[in-house]
Amino acid sequence: MTKQVKQLDRVIIRFAGDSGDGMQLTGDRFTQETAAFGNDLSTLPNFPAEIRAPAGTLPGVSSFQLHFADHDILTPGDAPDVLVAMNPAALRANIKDLAPGSTIIIDTHDFTPRNLSRAGYAENPLEDNSLDSYSLHQVDLTALTVESVREFGLSRKDSSRAKNMFSLGLLSWLYGRPVESTEQFLAKRFGKLPDIRDANLAAFRAGWNFGETTETFAVSYEVKPAPMRSGTYRNISGNLALSYGLVASSVQSGLPLFLGAYPITPASDILHELSKHKRFGVTTFQAEDEIAGIGAALGASFGGALAVTTTSGPGIALKGETIGLAVSLELPLIVVDVQRGGPSTGLPTKTEQSDLLQAMFGRNGEAPVPIIAPQSPGDCFDAALEAARIAITYRTPVMLLSDGYLANGSEPWQLPDIAELPRIEANFATEANHETETGDHEFWPYQRDPQTLARPWAVPGTAGLEHRIGGLEKADGHGNISYDPTNHDLMVRTRQAKVDRIADTIGPLAVEDPSGKARLLVLGWGSTYGPIGAACRRLRNQGLHVAQAHLRHLNPFPTNVGEVMGRYDRVVVPEMNLGQLALLLRARYLVDVLAYNQVRGVPFSAAELEDVFTTTIEGLHS
Amino acid sequence: MTIDLPLSQSPGLRGVPLADVPANRKEFTSDQEVRWCPGCGDYIVLAAVQGFLPSLGLRRENIVFVSGIGCSSRFPYYLDTYGMHSIHGRAPAIATGLATARSDLSVWVVTGDGDALSIGGNHLIHAMRRNVNMTILLFNNRIYGLTKGQYSPTSEPGKITKSTPMGSIDRPFNPISLALGAEATFVARTLDSDRAHLTEVLKAAASHRGTSLVEIYQNCPIFNDGAFDVLKDKDEAEARLVRLEHGQPVRIGEREFTHDAHADNPTQAFEISRLDDGTMAHVPIGIFRQVERPTYDDEARSQIAAAKRELGDGDLAALLAGSDTWTVSGAQS
Repeated sequence: MTKQVKQLDRVIIRFAGDSGDGMQLTGDRFTQETAAFGNDLSTLPNFPAEIRAPAGTLPGVSSFQLHFADHDILTPGDAPDVLVAMNPAALRANIKDLAPGSTIIIDTHDFTPRNLSRAGYAENPLEDNSLDSYSLHQVDLTALTVESVREFGLSRKDSSRAKNMFSLGLLSWLYGRPVESTEQFLAKRFGKLPDIRDANLAAFRAGWNFGETTETFAVSYEVKPAPMRSGTYRNISGNLALSYGLVASSVQSGLPLFLGAYPITPASDILHELSKHKRFGVTTFQAEDEIAGIGAALGASFGGALAVTTTSGPGIALKGETIGLAVSLELPLIVVDVQRGGPSTGLPTKTEQSDLLQAMFGRNGEAPVPIIAPQSPGDCFDAALEAARIAITYRTPVMLLSDGYLANGSEPWQLPDIAELPRIEANFATEANHETETGDHEFWPYQRDPQTLARPWAVPGTAGLEHRIGGLEKADGHGNISYDPTNHDLMVRTRQAKVDRIADTIGPLAVEDPSGKARLLVLGWGSTYGPIGAACRRLRNQGLHVAQAHLRHLNPFPTNVGEVMGRYDRVVVPEMNLGQLALLLRARYLVDVLAYNQVRGVPFSAAELEDVFTTTIEGLHS
Repeated sequence: MTIDLPLSQSPGLRGVPLADVPANRKEFTSDQEVRWCPGCGDYIVLAAVQGFLPSLGLRRENIVFVSGIGCSSRFPYYLDTYGMHSIHGRAPAIATGLATARSDLSVWVVTGDGDALSIGGNHLIHAMRRNVNMTILLFNNRIYGLTKGQYSPTSEPGKITKSTPMGSIDRPFNPISLALGAEATFVARTLDSDRAHLTEVLKAAASHRGTSLVEIYQNCPIFNDGAFDVLKDKDEAEARLVRLEHGQPVRIGEREFTHDAHADNPTQAFEISRLDDGTMAHVPIGIFRQVERPTYDDEARSQIAAAKRELGDGDLAALLAGSDTWTVSGAQS
C-alpha cells in the first residue's frame, strides 16, 4: 500500500502518560531523531514532583512536548497538533490544550471502567462522542507491544513496559524520522540486559511497521530540515549547557572547578553532570546541606579554585549569609539558581522567575551581587562563561538565574569554536603591593585595582602575602578589622561601585525593531525570550510594529536601559512572577512600565503575549 | 603550587611544603593587638599554638586557620598565616572545601562550644564522618561569651544565665561522645592551663591524617569563671583527671583496663568518654581515639587522578560535541 506524504512546515507533538510510562525518554529520543534530521526544535518536559504518583491518576501524568519546524522557531509551541495519550488520565489532563481538528493517538488498553474512574471520567470518552471534533486514532498499543515481544519470553509487565518504544516507532514513521540513533541508544542502554534490549528494539520496529502497514494511518508527514547557519550542531538542555559552560570556564581560566552542592530539583542534574567530568579536574562535593555546599565552595575559592554552588530558590534562602560573606571577602564565586515555583517548597518541577528580587536583595546589609540570566537552553553555556568572567575579574559572587524551563527544555545548539572562547585571567597576586612610610613592602589585601576596583586574589601557598580576611568590616587598603564609621561608609560605597562598574564591560542593551516604527517596547529577561520573540514575530507578520529587548545582565543593568525605554511610548515587561523586574525598572528609571505576569508553572504561550501586545498597541492608538 | 619544594613526611601534613629555615614564634605572630578579656583562657591557647607551630617545620604560607563566630574565632587574626574569620558555625564546611581543593595546605579550624555544637553542629559531625584532613580546636568554656553570657550546649543543667534565670533545662552535649558517635578518627581532650599536655595533644593531632577533634577546656573569666577550677587545683586534679595514654592502664576506683586508642571499634573510647557524668568527678584527658582511615580529600583527589590516568585529560571540544551531532553545510542563512 502506498501512502500519501503530506508536507508540513511545523508540528507540535505532546507525549503523555503515567510518570512510570517513560514519556520523558520517549520525548528525548524523538527529539534526538528530529535534531539529527535537521529541523529546528524546542522542547518542554512537564512532570510531577512525585517520582511515581498513583498510576492512572491525574497527578501522576507526565508529558513531553516537542515543537519542530522547517524554519527557525523560538518556543516549544502553544497547543499540540498531536497528542499521544497512554491512558485516560493522560487524555483528561491534556485535552483542554488541544484545538479542534488536532490529532489524538490513544492507547485504548487502559480505558477500562476502573482506570476511567481513576481519571475522573464518568463516561468513556471514546464512546460518548465527546472527541468528535478531533482526528482520533484508537489503537491498543499495549496489546500490540506485548504481541510484538512475545518471542523474548518476558513477563507481561516487562513486555508492556516497551509500549513507549512502540509508540515512538509509530510516531517516527508518521513524521519520517531517522531511526538509527534510537536503535543505537537502545542497544547501548540495555546492553547488559539482552532480552530487554531486544524487546525494546522489536517494539520500536513494530511501531514503525504498524504505521506503515495499518490503514488506521493513511497519511504520513514530512517536515523539511530548517535552514541553519553552517556548522556542527547538537541538541542540548539548559542544565547540560550550563554544566558545559562551567567546565569551559575552568578550561578558559586555568582554574580547577570546584562544585559544592546539595541535591535539589531542578538543579541536581548539574551536580550529576559535573560529577562525570573528573578528567577535567572537576571536584564535586555533595554537601550535608545547602549551607555547607556554598561554604565548601567559598573555601575552595579562597584556595584559588573556580568555585560554584548550584541550587534552586529554597537553597538560595539558606545560602544567603554565605553569599554575604563572599561579598565581604570579595572572592570569586558562581551561585547558580535554577528557579522553580515558590514560595517555600512551592512547585519543585515547575518553572518560575520569582527569585530575581531574592538574588538582588536577599542578604543582610548592603550586599550587591551581579546577576546574569540566560535566555534559552543553549544560552546557558555562554551565561556560565560570562558569570565566571565577572566573578574572577571582579572578585565577587555572581548569581546565575536559570529556571526550570531552561533547565529541562532543549534546542539545537551550534557547537562553539573552542579557539574563539574568551580567555579569563585569574591574575593571582604574587607580590607585595604597598610601600610603607618606612619603605617596607607589605601586602594589602584590600588595595584595589583602580579600573575595576577589584582587590587582589592572593591564595594560600604564596609566600609573603599571608593575610586574614573575614566578615567583619575591614579597613580600606590594609584590610584589618575596622569599626570606623567613615571607613564603613567608604567600604559600603566601594563594594557597590565595584559592581556598578561591571556595566562598563557588558555592552549596551540591543533592541530589535525591524521597522523602526515601533511605539511599544517589550522588555524581558531570562527564559521568556522565546515566547516574547515568537509573539513579536506574529505581530510583525500582521503589519504591526513592536520592539523587543532582552536583559542578560540584571545587575548592573546595561548603561543605556533608561535611554532605550525613553524612546518608546509604552514598555511592557512580561514575567513569570508578580512584577519583579518591573519593580526594579520603575525604581531605578522612574518609568511607568506595564507589568504582565503569570505564575502558572509553564512558560508564556506566544498566543497569550500576542494578545497582550496587540491590545497594548491598540491602546496607544486610541 | 609549590610541589617542587621538600614536603613534610608527617602523615597529617604529607604534601605540605617545608620551610628552608623553620620560622620562630615571633614570625607566627601577626601585628594585630589581641583583644580578648584579661584572664581569658584563649591567651594561653594562642601562646601554645604560636609556640608549637614552628615545630611543624612548615612554610608559614601553607598554613591556614579558619574560624566561625565567637570569642575563640578571632584566633586567626593573631597568627601570621593565611586565615579566614567566617560566619557562625560554618568553618568546618569552608575548611572542607579548602582542604579538598588544596593538598599542600595544613588546615586548622578554631571554634567554640556554641559555634561548633549549636549553630554549626551539622557541619562538625559531617566533617568528622567524612574524615577531611584538618585539625579542629574546639574551645569549650561552657558558656556564650561574645553574646554576653547565655548558656551554651555544653552548659550544665540548671545553669543560671541571662537567658535562663530559673536555670537551664537543656541537656548538654559531651563533645567527646558526640565526636566518637560520628566515628571521628582522632578525638582528644586537653586543658588550657596545662601547656605541656596541650602542646603534646596538638602535635599528635597535627600529625594525624584525617579530622582531628581536640576539645580544649577553656576558662571564661567574665561569664563562667572557674568552670574548670576543680581540674586545675593541684590536689583535686590528681583525683579527678584520668590521663589517657594508648596501651597504658586506666584506673577508676576498683576498675582497671588497658586503653586502646587504636581500636577500630569506638565502643571502648565511648565508654571512657562517659566516665564524666557531668560532675567532673572523673574527667579523662588525652587521646581517646586515633585510627587510620582514608580521608575524604585524599579520595576525592585520587578519583580525579584515576579519571585522568584512565581517560586522559579532558578534551573540551569532544565534551561539547557529545555523541549526537549533525552538520549543516553551505551558506544557508
